[in-house]
Order: sequence, then structure tokens, then C-alpha cells
Amino acid sequence: MDQQSPILELKHITKRFGDKVVANDDVSLNVYKGEILALLGENGSGKTTLMNMLSGIYFPDEGEIYVNGNLVSIRDPKDAFDLGIGMIHQHFKLVDVLTAAENIILGLKEKGGLNVKAAAERITEICQKYGFEVDPYQKIYEMSVSQKQTVEIVKVLYRGADLLILDEPTAVLTPQETDKLFAVLRNMKADGKSIIIITHKLHEVLDISDRVAILRKGQYICDYETKNVTAQELTDAMVGHAVTLNIDRPEPVDPKERIRIKDLTIRSMDGVVRLNHVSFTARSGEILGIAGIAGNGQKELLEAIAGLQPVETGSIAYVNDDGSEEELIGKDPLKIAEMGVSLSFVPEDRLGMGLVGNMDLSENMMLRSFRKGKSIFTDRKSPHALAEHVVQELEVNTPSVETPVRKLSGGNVQKVLVGREISSAPTVLLTAYAVRGLDINSSYTIYDLINRQKKAGVAVIYVGEDLDVLLELSDKILVLCGGEVSGIIDGRTATKNEVGLMMTKIGGGKADE
Amino acid sequence: MNNTLSKVPLFHITRRKELPWYRAWLIRVIAVIMGLILCGIITMLLVKINPLDVYKTMLSGAFGTSRRIWVTAQNMAILLGISLALAPAFRMRFWNLGGDGQTLMGCLGATAPMILLGGKIPNIILILIMLICAVLAGAIWALIPAAFKAKWNTNETLFTLMMNYVATQIIAYFIVVWENPKGASQIGIINANTMAGWLPRIGNNQYLLNILIIIVLTVVIYIYMRYTKHGYEISVVGESEATARYVGIKVRRVIIRTMLLSGAICGLVGFLLVSGTSHTMTTTIVDGRGFTGVMVAWLAKFNPFFMILTSLLLVFLSRGASEISTIYGLNDSFGSILAGILLFFIIGCEFFLNYQIALKKTRKEVKIDA
Amino acid sequence: MLKFLLSFIPRAVTQGIPLMFGCVGETITEKSGNLNLGTAGIMYVGGICGVIGSFFYETKVGAQNMTAFLGIAIPLVCCLVGSLLMGLIYCFLTVTLRANQNVTGLAMTTFGIGIGNFFGGSLIKITNSEVPSIVLNQTGKFFKTQLPFAKGLGWFGTIFCSYGFLAYVAIILAIIAAVILSRTRTGLSLRAVGENPGTADAAGINVTRYKYFATCLGAMISGLGGLYFVMDYSSGIWANDAFGDRGWLAIALVIFTIWRPGHSIWASILFGGLYILHIFLPTGTELAVKELYKGIPYVVTIIVLIITSLRNKRENQPPGSLGLSYFREDR
Repeated sequence: MDQQSPILELKHITKRFGDKVVANDDVSLNVYKGEILALLGENGSGKTTLMNMLSGIYFPDEGEIYVNGNLVSIRDPKDAFDLGIGMIHQHFKLVDVLTAAENIILGLKEKGGLNVKAAAERITEICQKYGFEVDPYQKIYEMSVSQKQTVEIVKVLYRGADLLILDEPTAVLTPQETDKLFAVLRNMKADGKSIIIITHKLHEVLDISDRVAILRKGQYICDYETKNVTAQELTDAMVGHAVTLNIDRPEPVDPKERIRIKDLTIRSMDGVVRLNHVSFTARSGEILGIAGIAGNGQKELLEAIAGLQPVETGSIAYVNDDGSEEELIGKDPLKIAEMGVSLSFVPEDRLGMGLVGNMDLSENMMLRSFRKGKSIFTDRKSPHALAEHVVQELEVNTPSVETPVRKLSGGNVQKVLVGREISSAPTVLLTAYAVRGLDINSSYTIYDLINRQKKAGVAVIYVGEDLDVLLELSDKILVLCGGEVSGIIDGRTATKNEVGLMMTKIGGGKADE
Repeated sequence: MNNTLSKVPLFHITRRKELPWYRAWLIRVIAVIMGLILCGIITMLLVKINPLDVYKTMLSGAFGTSRRIWVTAQNMAILLGISLALAPAFRMRFWNLGGDGQTLMGCLGATAPMILLGGKIPNIILILIMLICAVLAGAIWALIPAAFKAKWNTNETLFTLMMNYVATQIIAYFIVVWENPKGASQIGIINANTMAGWLPRIGNNQYLLNILIIIVLTVVIYIYMRYTKHGYEISVVGESEATARYVGIKVRRVIIRTMLLSGAICGLVGFLLVSGTSHTMTTTIVDGRGFTGVMVAWLAKFNPFFMILTSLLLVFLSRGASEISTIYGLNDSFGSILAGILLFFIIGCEFFLNYQIALKKTRKEVKIDA
Repeated sequence: MLKFLLSFIPRAVTQGIPLMFGCVGETITEKSGNLNLGTAGIMYVGGICGVIGSFFYETKVGAQNMTAFLGIAIPLVCCLVGSLLMGLIYCFLTVTLRANQNVTGLAMTTFGIGIGNFFGGSLIKITNSEVPSIVLNQTGKFFKTQLPFAKGLGWFGTIFCSYGFLAYVAIILAIIAAVILSRTRTGLSLRAVGENPGTADAAGINVTRYKYFATCLGAMISGLGGLYFVMDYSSGIWANDAFGDRGWLAIALVIFTIWRPGHSIWASILFGGLYILHIFLPTGTELAVKELYKGIPYVVTIIVLIITSLRNKRENQPPGSLGLSYFREDR
């Protein structure tokens, strides 16, 4: 590492959103040639905002950026490319209906006309050099998440970037895919490229990086040489105070069968099999964790139980306390509720499905209850009272219950949604990625709420992405792989490696097959 | 590196957090005033009179005599009625550009019994039949695009638009069928002698009943959209269909129900046009108010009471412009130009409600550790 | 049969050309993610601007002294400038000020038709003419000039060579637009802007510039449709409201051609044919039926809309961001 000449220097960078939110506050940071720098911080600590200023998405309010010692101004992404900076965003910046090659050369001003063939050859060349696999002529909408990510990386390399920024690249990958990605990153590092990787997963930081820089609440805290630091030290620096990572797991009390699913098969609109003969049982007073790479049928499974997803074959039976069963398939959410089944669902898309962003808190509380009564008019009083109650009980940070929910932060939005869903005293609670995008404190509030439901005898189905949390929270873990049940294991004895393998291969097995 | 400091953007735009309601309205009022000023300047340049006279003429055109006030109020009532019809559909994000066609079909529904049954049955029953036919015709005309939207998500904007032209041709057909006298290619005043099927006057004011009906309608639609379960469902479907399905709202049913309502009200307005105003039917009887109604509803953010203001503004402009046209020998389309300009200002001002422009601060001159 | 075709096809083509201009212009506009419902208004403005230009030229120098070059160039330039201004108004409101595209388009329609009829009406007043129209015979002749050898080619000449130059311009523009969209970097960038402006932006494409450029270019092409209608189709005669609803049909054609300008050539001519079909359909004694026949193009458009909504192929969908405004810092 050439400590003398950083290829990138950030000096006193400040970025505000509106009058109140300071996303980055006087951040200074250096990056050297041929190193992998991990940018570590909780959600909302300003990592992505900081990097967006390097890639030209945002423009800093104050501060300076130097590249190779020269003061530069990055007004838009084009400036960033010209400076050799390329960013791989968490939400891929790809045009679905175009091919990989078209996406890669998009916006480039190469000499000559549009020559996709020549581009395809160069893409293949780059892939061979670093060990990727990309079909240049494949359309993006036909690709898996990991393939899309590869296209993004190739795109940046194609443009001759010397500094790559990856925003939480592993969030959507299996452990095995992550290993593959890291191998490629090491190849690039060996080639003299510098890499900034944004993450909040400690073990990845320790695994891949040479140096770690930590942000907290928009401020630069410190940096460490990775080889000299421990996970505990990093956690302390990241959250500011020591936290116990332990999540409560009370013993289930008197578990009874509640939801029995048999041979459930679901086909999407375009004929792709999303779930393939899935069978399992969820019991009252238990948390059934569902693990799997995003997009392996979790969404369809929950939506099928909630009555939102047409089912091809199979059965979903709701088992009453007295053992009698009721079929849920073919019934919409309204019918299910009318049958007296109290089923709550915290969907993945909070503002797109669970809540209405432009409506205020009390109007959102009405979503579940507005039909009550025979009057043609809506009852506005009880939702208002419920909103007040949820705000108080769950410590929702909001100016008032008349505030549109889209103005709240992610954690508060989730509290409103969960608060509403558990207010109806459900017997089944479905949650999808309940803590995605939440800070640590909010996450623990949610874990606690879920555990309280469990203790109250609710059958909880918890779809999660963080394996550590799944392993600590769930009584049983069902692993989905390609729409099939890869296995159901005991949450108390399962290991991360075991689950990871089952996520990529039915039944697990050895990784190096 | 060819990047230099001189290329720092001069200003940049950020989204506003929230704006107090009075400032939002201040911005809108300023936009309207600026639009009116520009309209005044253009008129001034065209007819070479001083700007105060422009506005004076416009005011006198709209409110100069009691007859003019009545005509303005009547035009306003019809425009507001169509806007009220469109508002629930727009709230649901259903772009109903078919107000013209639905109203025209309402006119047809009212005209048919008026011609065919006029004088053969008691007047009150005739009027009731006319009303029912008009409402049904409007509703059916709205149901067709709604059904396809609900079933196959067919583009409703162009569908409803095309339905206007189909309606126009159907009306044209019936005008030829019912033309009176033969060869006049128009229907003429229907039942001019018997006044069968004419809405009764209240006192001496021909339009008062129309206006009263629309006032009641305004209140009803306000309550419907604001306080009823149907209104709440419309809002949820408009904001997010996924949420609507998630809580078990039947999206298709809401789309169809709301469009039936929308078309039925258009039909009612068509009835008022034929029975309460013109006592005849022409292909241009609606006069593009299905489109103007879109603007009225949108500018008022679908709030029926604000729609009173926006419809007044647009009617005032068109009446005022037509007065200027008559006095100074301009073309009738002058009003559309002025309306267009004013609309541009009001549409444009929304930007300042949602965004703010910050001038770039100069960079810190003092470098602390450089 | 041949006689019927010889009379039908050229009429269908001349009816179809304004639609073709409108459809190609709107396709280019929509490819940038802008849904410009103001096309009807723009076409009026394009037509009237051409009329104003040639009116002053024709009355200034007198019909016998006009040169063919200026006789064509003046209305052409006036038309392009007028429609460009309309495009700029639309872009300023929807791109710079991020206003709602539907409402802006409707306001543009009101405004544009108003401009057309107002100036049309005013010119009619100036001429003190008996009939409510402006007659620009000489300019019309220039625009209608056919290829000199067309007459000698028999039926072939009638069907393929009997049109004024703007008709061929429309077809050439459609082909060029198709090639640019599918074969060039500019086209690729434009498609990306319309599909996903965030991605295009991140790839270093100036989204605002592309939207402005495509929309203004689209507006100018649409405007030519108005000019063609007055100068060629109507032989230089402007009458208020004569252009009618062709602008809206052009927008519907964009959906019908699934955003492919190449298809607009045959699709426009097909619709041109539907437009005049009522002349050829037998009515018997019931003349009123003719009015119903005139509704055929609209009914067909509706059927087309329904059929398109049944097709679900990914490539045939509208540009992903159509109708939405783009703001980079939206999180």
C-alpha cells in the first residue's frame, strides 16, 4: 500500500437534507491504491449518502474531494466515471428490457457507432480476467440477483474504474455467492484497483477488508487496520455503546398446530413455478423462521396464506383450538377475516402494501377496521384512539397522528405497521423482512414485539434475511431453495453454515460439490 | 483531470418537507395573479387598451348585468357538475377523459324521451323518465371503459377519450334522424310550444333549479369522498392497489362502482343541459367541458369546495374573454388561449409547493488542515 | 376493384400522413418517458404557424411572384418554430417544474387549439372572405407538387408517387426514427431515459437534456403533421377545427404500434383508410348511418387498445417511466 499518495481524499464533507437532517457531518476520509476499505455503520449512519456524493448522485453542501491529489467537483455520475470512480448501488441501476451488453455500454461516448458485438467481446475479456460469468446478450429481466450484480461490476470495470464502491453487495447473495464475489474483489485488488465496500456485517468486514472506517449518525468515528481489530471493538465503535447481541428466545408454551400447509404449488403470472409442493406446519406459541435467498418463494408463500396469491394446487388449512380445520385457499383477506380467522400480515413492502404513505397514522389504522358497522360512514374515532395508543406504546417518533406516514423514518413506519397488525389480537402473525432497513434499537423493539406475540400463543411465521437473527429468534427454521423446502431444522441447534448450504442446495450437503 | 471549481452548480433543488397551508395557498394565489397579469398584457397588446380596462371588461362580461351573473353561474354549475363527476374517478387515479362523451350520452338519454314521449304522458313522469334515461346512459358509457380497465387494465385515458368521439357520432346520427325541420341538420328547440320535458323554473329564474341541484351535489360528493366507506376505499385504491388488495378491498368492484357513479353524474349534467338549459341537443352542447372539468378537479386537488373556486376562475376567464372578443372584434377562441396561459401558471406553481431552490453556498474559504 | 383501390389508397395515404407525423413525434417523445397529451394542440399550432407564415408571404408578394423555395421554406420554418415553442412549454412544465404530465398535456391541447382557431379566425377576418376559411392556393400548389414522372407510371404512379414531398418526409422520418432508436447510441440512451431515468442518470446520461431534446423534436415532427394537413391535404385551405381529433388518434396509434416508429407507416395509412371509409360504405336510403360510419376509426382504436392490453410480452410494454417526472434526489 502506498501510504504517501491516497487516490481519494474526502475533506470535511457535509450533506444536509432539508433543514433538519444532517446525513453527513464534516466527514474526512482517505482511500489508498490497491486496498479494500470497508465502510461500516448502522443503517442511517450516512454511508450510502457519502458514497453517493462520490458517484455524483448528490452534491456535497460543504467540503472538498481530491482525486489523485487534485481538487475535483463531481456534479453528476459522468464526472465520477471520468475520474475513474464507479459505484455499484444496492438497488441495481440497470434497465430491465435491455441486454447486459447494452446496459454496460449505456451512456458511454466511445468512438464510432453502436457496436454491441465489439462491446460483447470486451465484456467477455473482462470476465475472463477477473473470473466472472456474464452472457452479454441476456436481458436483465431474465437474470438472477447475483447475475445482475455481476453485470453492474463489469459495467464499472468496462468504464475503466480504478475505484469501485459497492453498496451492501452481499445483502442479496447466498454465503456461497458472497465467497465468489469476494474472490473476484481480491483479484481486482491484486490488479491495483481500490475498493470501498459498504456493509454492516462484521464478519464480512473482517474477511475481506484491509482497513475499516466507521460512520455513526453521519459522523466519521475512526478507522482501523482490519488485522488489528476485533468484532467487539468494531461493534462498539459502530453503535457507540456496547450492545448485547442476544435476542430472547422463550420456550414455546403448549404449542398446537395452527396452520397446516400441504403440497402447496404456486405459479406466477408468466408461468414460472414459484413454490413447488411445499408442506409444513406452523404451531401456536412458536416462531417459524423462513430462511432463503430473496426471491425464492417467501413472498408468494406469505401472500398465499394471507389470501393474496392464487394457488395452483395444495391446501392451506387453519386449525382451530378444537382441532377443526378450515381451508384458506380461494378466500381473499376479507373472507378469511369474516370466517373469524384473525390473521395479521406485516408485508415486505411497508409503504407500498401494508400502509398508505400519503395517509396519516389514524387513517392507516382504519385500513383493517374501516368496514366495521353497518353505517355507510366510516368511524374515525376508534382508529384515532388506536393510533394514539400505538404511538405511545411503541414509542413511535411522530409529530402527531395526523402526520402522513411517508414522512416518518423507516423504523417508525414499521412500528406503526406492526402496531396495527398486532392490535387485532391475531392468532397467526406473518412477517416479511420485519427489520429490514431498521436501526439496531428499532430492530430489538420489533424482536421484542414478536416474542410477546409468541408468548401470547400466536403462531408466528418470520421471513428473515439475517441468518444470525433467524438462528437466535426462531424455534424452527424452514429453508426455501428455488421454491422448494430444502429442510426444516431446529433453531436451537442449527448452524449458520448448515442453513447457508441448504439455501443454495436442496437438503444442504457439501459446499464444494 | 479537467474538473474545475468553476463548474460547481449555481443552485440546486431539493424536495420540501412540508409547507404550511397558508403559504401553499399564497403561492397558488400568486400564480393565478401572475397568470391574470400575463393574460392582461397579451390582451392589451392585441386590442391596444389599457390593462385596467381589460379586467374591467372581463369583469363586466362575467358579472356586468344580472343576466350575465345568471349565465356565469349557470355555466359554472354545469362545469362544476362535470368536475364533480370526474373527481372520484381521479381520486382513484382513473384518468377519465370521457366526461364529454358521458355527458353527451346523458343528453341523448334525456332528449330521446323528450322527443318520443313529449305530450303523450304527464310532464312530471316525462321528466323523471328523462332523468333516469340520462343517468343510465351516462353510467353505461362510463361502465364500458371501466370494465375493461378492471379486467385487463386497458389504458383508460385513450379509451374514455375515444368514447367521446363515438358518442359524438351517435349524437350526430340521432340529430339527422330527429332533425326538425327536415334538412335543417339540427333538432331545434324541442317541444317549444308545450314545454314538455322542460325543467320548471323557480320564480323567474330559468337556471336557479340547475344551480341548486349542483350545490346539493357538491355537498353530497364532498361527504361521499370524505366520510363514507366508499370514499375511503376510493382513496386507498388510488394510493396503492396493492394495499387495497392487502386489506381485502375488491379493486375491480371499486373501479366499476366509482366509474358508474362518475358516468351517472355526467348523465345528470347532460339532463340538466337538455332539460334545464338548452331544450335541444347538438354535438357541441358539452363544449369540451369534460376536459376543462379535468383541470377544475385537478387544480382543486379533488376537493369539491375548492372546485367551486377553480370552476369560477375558469368560467370567469372564458366569459370575460368572450366579452373582450365581442367588443373588440376578436375571435371566440381567445378565451381558450387565456385559459391555457392561466392553467400553465397554476400547473407550474405546484413545483414551488413541492420543491425549494437553494442557491449554492460558496465553498468554505478557510481550509482547516490543508 | 382496381378502380376502387386507385381512388381509396391515395386518399387513405393522404389521410394517414398527418397521423404518421403525429405518431412518430409522439413515439419519440414517449421514448423519453414524457406522455405528451398535448399533441393535438401542437398539431394545430404547427398548422396555423405555417398558415400565418405563408399568408403574409402570399399577400405581400402576390401569388404570381412567389418562388417555390420561399413558398415552402417560410411555412415550414414557421411551423417548426411554433411547434418547438409548444414542446418547450411542455418540457419546462413537466421536466423542469415536474408538473403532472396528463394535466399539462390537456392544458396544452386547450391552448394549442385556441391558438389555432384564434389566429385562423383573425386571418379569416382580415381577408373579409365569404366562407370561414383562409385560402392559400399557391402555397398549397407548392406543397402538392408531385414527382414529375408520377403521371406516366399508371396505377403504380397513382399509388406510390402521387403525393407531395411532406408525405415522403413522414415515411423517411419514421424509418430514421426506427433506425436511431434501435441502432445508435443516442437511441439506446433515449430508451434508457424512458425506461429508467435513475439508471440512465447514473450511467452519465443527461436525463433532462434527453427529455427536452426528444420532446421538442417530437413536437416539431408532430407539428409537421398539422402543416401537411393544411397545405397538402386541404390544398392550402385553413378552416377552424378542420383538423379535428387527429392528434388524439396519433397518440392512440403509438400504443397500437407498440412504440415502434417503423410500424407507424402502415398503421397510419390503415387508420387513414378507416377515417375515409364512410365515404365508400353504402348507406342506402338512410343517410344518418353515415354519421355512425364516421365513428369507425374510434371504435377500431378502442378495439386496438383492448387487444394491446391483452398482450403481456415484456418488450411490448410502454416505456417504464412513462408519465412520471424524474427527480434525482428522490430517495
